[in-house]
Amino acid sequence: MNRFPPAKPAAYTVSDLTRYLRVLLELDDVLNDVWVQGEVSNVSRPSSGHIYFTLKDAGAAMQCVVWRSSSSRLKVTLQNGMAIEAHGAISVYEKDGKVQLYVDAARPAGEGQLYQEFLRLKARLEAEGLFNEERKRPLPARPRCIGVVTSASGAALQDILNTLQRRYPLVEVILSPCAVQGEAAPAEIVAALQALEQLSEPDVIILARGGGSLEDLWAFNDERVVRAVAFSRIPVVTGVGHETDFTLVDFASDVRAPTPTGAATLVTPDQADLRVDLSDLYSRLSMAALGQVDYQRQLLTTLAHQLERVTPMQAVRNERQQVDSLSERARRAFAHQIELRGVQLKGAAQRLNALNPLSILQRGFALIEQADGSLAHGIDSLQVGQTVHIRMADGQAAAQIQSTERTSLNSKE
Amino acid sequence: MSSAFLPLKNMTYEQACAELEGIVAHLESNQTTLEDAIALFERGQALAQYCTSLLEGAEVRIRRLDEGMGAQTEEE
Repeated sequence: MNRFPPAKPAAYTVSDLTRYLRVLLELDDVLNDVWVQGEVSNVSRPSSGHIYFTLKDAGAAMQCVVWRSSSSRLKVTLQNGMAIEAHGAISVYEKDGKVQLYVDAARPAGEGQLYQEFLRLKARLEAEGLFNEERKRPLPARPRCIGVVTSASGAALQDILNTLQRRYPLVEVILSPCAVQGEAAPAEIVAALQALEQLSEPDVIILARGGGSLEDLWAFNDERVVRAVAFSRIPVVTGVGHETDFTLVDFASDVRAPTPTGAATLVTPDQADLRVDLSDLYSRLSMAALGQVDYQRQLLTTLAHQLERVTPMQAVRNERQQVDSLSERARRAFAHQIELRGVQLKGAAQRLNALNPLSILQRGFALIEQADGSLAHGIDSLQVGQTVHIRMADGQAAAQIQSTERTSLNSKE
Repeated sequence: MSSAFLPLKNMTYEQACAELEGIVAHLESNQTTLEDAIALFERGQALAQYCTSLLEGAEVRIRRLDEGMGAQTEEE
């Protein structure tokens, strides 16, 4: 930064002095962050997107600039004659030597003071516990009757009625009309709330107002209204202004809705959901009834089984089974005997075979048969010249006796 | 249980719906006689139809309390 020249010259250049002024102003903490109140005039909006205007009061005027980057964030649309509070930093436009306010925020005049009041009252009521979370009551799930505190001719009432008709047409609405802006509004709102509590006992109360300026909504920051809402015996839902508006009744109510429509939505079930619930209930009803029938059927089956066990038919069946079992045993015993006999028979046959005289032929012995087929038992039964048959295990032969001789072996036996 | 059901036409939606919920809960968690099960089912069916019919033709009823209200200010 080009500070003031070190030595004090005979005369400063205009540029040097102006730059010095600018630096002085820009280094000042107050002038860097300041709110200025005045009336707007000479508004100019060149194509650059920056806004130039003059802020003035009875005694003075100041040039103001809003850079394009800030202009979209202004809460008010600047118009000639408008009373505003502008925020920004003071500096010098060196080329013209003009002191200017470089504005980055603006609000309607008076709003700042109202806002301070709002914050003080909020802090006081908060300290008193009026906004405590444990004071909040649940809303009825299916209200029979809804009290509405709002202007009888306002858009808020129409929004609420339309929403209720669409969502939950079974409900009864009791309108407790009142002014929602102006001097009389706070007292009227309090009276309307009390009338509802005393005369009709709705299940829930909607306190609502359509959107408006901060002043328009001011009745809803009134201490009397806030207290009446906080101490209402019936749960209160507030729907005041638009989504971004917060009033003190919003903190005191049981539920804060962003709009009147939102409040009507919060206090009612949607009939589409109710139809789904009904259809669910109906399915459960059918299932449960069928379950009961099934249970009875099972009971019947169990009883039938029990009955079967004590019926005489079962005794007959038992006897029959006894007979069956006995005859099976008999059949098996018989089969066993047969098998046993078979084995014995086989053994006997083997033994018989061992005694078969022909079997000794296998061992090389031979039988001698005479012409008449009888066996020659001894040498005496043979004569020389006689034709005999010799039988062997695998065949027979014819032979003629040539000689006979008795052996001693035979005589010994 | 099966005797003395209230006539439907005098019931509000909330009453009818609450009775239907009660019947379903009863049938789901208790054993009943077959006769009761059938009677409760028929009653539940009638309640469900009644509730649906209430939703069909309903219109919000509006009543107005007007005690000592001053001039009302139109907003917007």
